[in-house]
Amino acid sequence: MRKLLLAMTAALATTAMTGLAHAQMEKVKACFIYVGPIGDFGWSYQHHQGLLAVEQALGDKVETAYLESVPEGADSERALERFARSGCNIIFTTSFGYMDATNKVAGKFPDVKFEHATGYKREHPNVSTYNARFYEGRYIQGVIAATMSKAGTAGYIASFPIPEVVMGINSFVLGAQSVNPDFKVKVVWANTWFDPGKEADAAKALIDQGVDIITQHTDSTAPMQVATERGIKAFGQASDMIKFGPETQLTSIIDNWAPYYIKRVQAVLDGNWEQVDVWAGMKEGEVVMAEYTNMPDDLKAKAAEIEAKIKSGEFHPFTGPITKQDGTEWLKAGEVSDDGTLLGMNFYVKGVDDQLPQ
Amino acid sequence: MIRLELTRRPQHSALFSLVSPLLALALTLLAGVILFTWLGKPPAAALYSYFIEPLTEMWSLHELAIKAAPLIIIAVGLCVCYLSNNWNIGAEGQFLMGAIAGSALPVLAPQFANGATLPLMILCGMIGGAAWAAIPALLKTRFNANEILTSLMLVYVAQLFLDWLVRGPWRNPQGFSFPGTITFNEFALLPELMPASGRANLGFVFALVVAVLVWFLLTRTLKGFEVRVLGQSPRAGRFAGFSPAKMTVFAFLVSGALAGLAGISEVAGAVQHLNEKLSIGYGFTAIIVAFLGRLNPLGAVVAGLLLALTYLGGEAAQISLGISDKIARAFQGALLFFVLACDTLIIYKIRLSFGGRRATGSV
Amino acid sequence: METWVAILLTVTTAATPLLIAALGELVVERSGVLNLGVEGMMVMGAVTGFAGAQIFGDPWAGVALAIVTGALFSLLFGFLALTLATNQVATGLALTLLGIGISGMIGEKFIGIPGLRMEPIFVPGLSDMPVVGRLLFGQDPLFYISIALTVAVVWFLFRTRAGLTLRAIGDSHGSAHALGIKVIRIRYLAVMFGGACAGLAGAHLSLVYTPQWVENMTAGRGWIALALVVFASWRPFRVLIGAYLFGAITIMQLHIQAMTLSEMTFLPGAIYALAAWVKSVPAQFLSALPYLATVVVLVLISRNRRLTMMNTPAALGRPFVPDR
Repeated sequence: MRKLLLAMTAALATTAMTGLAHAQMEKVKACFIYVGPIGDFGWSYQHHQGLLAVEQALGDKVETAYLESVPEGADSERALERFARSGCNIIFTTSFGYMDATNKVAGKFPDVKFEHATGYKREHPNVSTYNARFYEGRYIQGVIAATMSKAGTAGYIASFPIPEVVMGINSFVLGAQSVNPDFKVKVVWANTWFDPGKEADAAKALIDQGVDIITQHTDSTAPMQVATERGIKAFGQASDMIKFGPETQLTSIIDNWAPYYIKRVQAVLDGNWEQVDVWAGMKEGEVVMAEYTNMPDDLKAKAAEIEAKIKSGEFHPFTGPITKQDGTEWLKAGEVSDDGTLLGMNFYVKGVDDQLPQ
Repeated sequence: MIRLELTRRPQHSALFSLVSPLLALALTLLAGVILFTWLGKPPAAALYSYFIEPLTEMWSLHELAIKAAPLIIIAVGLCVCYLSNNWNIGAEGQFLMGAIAGSALPVLAPQFANGATLPLMILCGMIGGAAWAAIPALLKTRFNANEILTSLMLVYVAQLFLDWLVRGPWRNPQGFSFPGTITFNEFALLPELMPASGRANLGFVFALVVAVLVWFLLTRTLKGFEVRVLGQSPRAGRFAGFSPAKMTVFAFLVSGALAGLAGISEVAGAVQHLNEKLSIGYGFTAIIVAFLGRLNPLGAVVAGLLLALTYLGGEAAQISLGISDKIARAFQGALLFFVLACDTLIIYKIRLSFGGRRATGSV
Repeated sequence: METWVAILLTVTTAATPLLIAALGELVVERSGVLNLGVEGMMVMGAVTGFAGAQIFGDPWAGVALAIVTGALFSLLFGFLALTLATNQVATGLALTLLGIGISGMIGEKFIGIPGLRMEPIFVPGLSDMPVVGRLLFGQDPLFYISIALTVAVVWFLFRTRAGLTLRAIGDSHGSAHALGIKVIRIRYLAVMFGGACAGLAGAHLSLVYTPQWVENMTAGRGWIALALVVFASWRPFRVLIGAYLFGAITIMQLHIQAMTLSEMTFLPGAIYALAAWVKSVPAQFLSALPYLATVVVLVLISRNRRLTMMNTPAALGRPFVPDR
């Protein structure tokens, strides 16, 4: 009874606030569309973990459905429309390439809420965008790498030169340079998000050139396995890969979409869903660091300390003075980068041993 | 030991032309019942969402047309190739090159936006596809190089070329470095047929028109006769004064131009800008469509719609019953196997024979 | 020197699955059959190889299961394309679709599990030799199998009567049939051999290359194997060279990316210039090179009719139905 009352007050309050008659719902249908198979143990897998968390958290108040391996062209628009027509109340479109389709279908179905991951277009009031500040974790990785590395060089397996990836490399380098200003990062572009064989080859190439720490911005666990085989240390990506390298993984940046997904589905239930553009990070629990392992305790403590500072907002990885690779000044001392620059980042900071493919 | 023996029928069996698809359907349904029961899904409901549900709503029929159009257009061109004994399996590359050539105008000269834009794009798309197809054709006629393999290799080259373009010189400057060109202006888009009920566009009309035109060409013209004669017996064709080399070039140009048309129609229709994800195997799937349609352009229309249906049905089954994409894909593969197998009945008589009483020379 | 050995080891790992799958397809094509389902059979081998190793706790069990699965799976293709004389191109493509679907279904339970690695075999004494020791005598077992397989295929095709028969069928099934050769039976065996090899190649991926199972982990290697067969103009030793060349190009490209120009100054002038050039051209262009090279090779061997007659299976892709 009390719950009901509370809910009713909440609903009233919302109605009053937005001036719209958002109805509360008994049950919500939450739908997810993935670009890869849920068995990729990377990007799509982690989004699917988010779906499972929503089921767990909301129990019989939620019904879910998902479509996997949906190509990002004409097919995605059809898939979204089928979702919208099949009674989905909220649809999460979990790849950048779904951006145009999401906005188009959202225009046709104003009553359905759309949540587009990693995009920047919100052409209708029922489209939100969300992303995670993975660069926060990469800064910590950089600190750890520079402390642990004897060679003074880390290897970075990158996918494609889009801002997300470039931002990650820069953040990693800045973290490393905070420990060792001469620290070097070798970058290899695998030109794929997911090809275990090629990622393994890239890791081997980097190790053969003398790096003794591997980090990756591609999805498979293959680099971790190679690092294990060669007896060096590595960072995981997207999920906790400790099983693939119990004595190798230093930590991993885990894409934890669960808190956001639960919050947004709950908002639809409560009738107070509103358009947002969220770029959440460690503070919100969206970027989670796997347990710090295979390193000395004082380094663990240092990493945890930086993590705490990032969470509290006391520290931002992109705080000046920062010089660009070409020697020009980007940020003055104490200046913090705005999000817009980060989201469109197409330059390296000083110290990256690579030429950004254009 | 029981074995199957094939005997070529003197002519295609009209009876089995009708019975074969029904038999294939029956086998597919049976396999579906077994598969879904084994997986613990209600078989009737699963088969309903797979084959019927996508056909019950108007918008979904539009989507069927969108998905089928490129498959049909490419397959129709491939019919000409395969009937004339030219094995072009690089339609995927020709599709992409058509898309690229046709997109050049709206990407490089977006200010050129008027009534001539779209026709020019389509023309460029067809030329692009035909030019890419001309390479394996000329390599075959000039150097005797196997066209199956050259056309396949050129698919990879086209994919990489597209990838380079949309990540490099043609990248949308406002696109935050993500791969992909600018969105086309409205004059560069294919008009929708019935915007009120769905987003099917002119591409589907193209599909129907080329199917009828090529059907007419193949069955009612001298050129069509030439295609058939050279396809069945190059020697006989030569006696009749036909040139196999010229036919190779002709067939590749036709199928390349049509693949290019499919490519530019896909970009200007459903996708509306060029990106590296354009290639999802239409050119390869169309090969299956061409054979399912028994190398008849009108048959390709039916086969294209059927294959498009399996994609839509796979999604519907995923949403309504949680049947995974992998199962849908495997089921699609099984369906193709049944249809291909049953079509054997049209050309051949199948006889079961028992060990020991084998006719000499049989295998 | 150490570095070069390590690089070459990486190349062998990348080349071995391509070599094994391509050798299988070579035998299939020599018999006059074109099976475009290599990718599908390979991914089936990858998943069953992984599953076998997990279930029986021994990578060899995985290898055996992958070989058997590949061969059985190829029978589906065989039944349609050989017994029912369906079009080989369409049937092969359908086989790939089916393989990707089924492997995903089988593999669902095995996602996110670290796999069993097939350990390298060190030949006592020999593997300690400088440079060649590790390269020749300290590799994973499938490497030795791939080399032995190359030799065996050469021997079989060009030194045995059965091999001659197989090639005769590939050149002209009509004449072979007239001579009383059991065309379809031999083609069945060839197709199964191709399936077994593709299965083994898949097992290499999930047990040696990257010991894990993830969906679609073959990532197009089956298609590359198909290209290699042509590049090699249907000669087994050239398949070996082609596979290693392809592996080497891929690996060197990664190495050149990871190196800065200043680190490369120790290289001799010509190689330095080449490396600098490679660094400056788009990655897509380099990736396209092997395919363009295949086309060029094909043109070169085809323009000489005599060479073509010797190497190209003339009946490739054409269905055969015995007349009575």
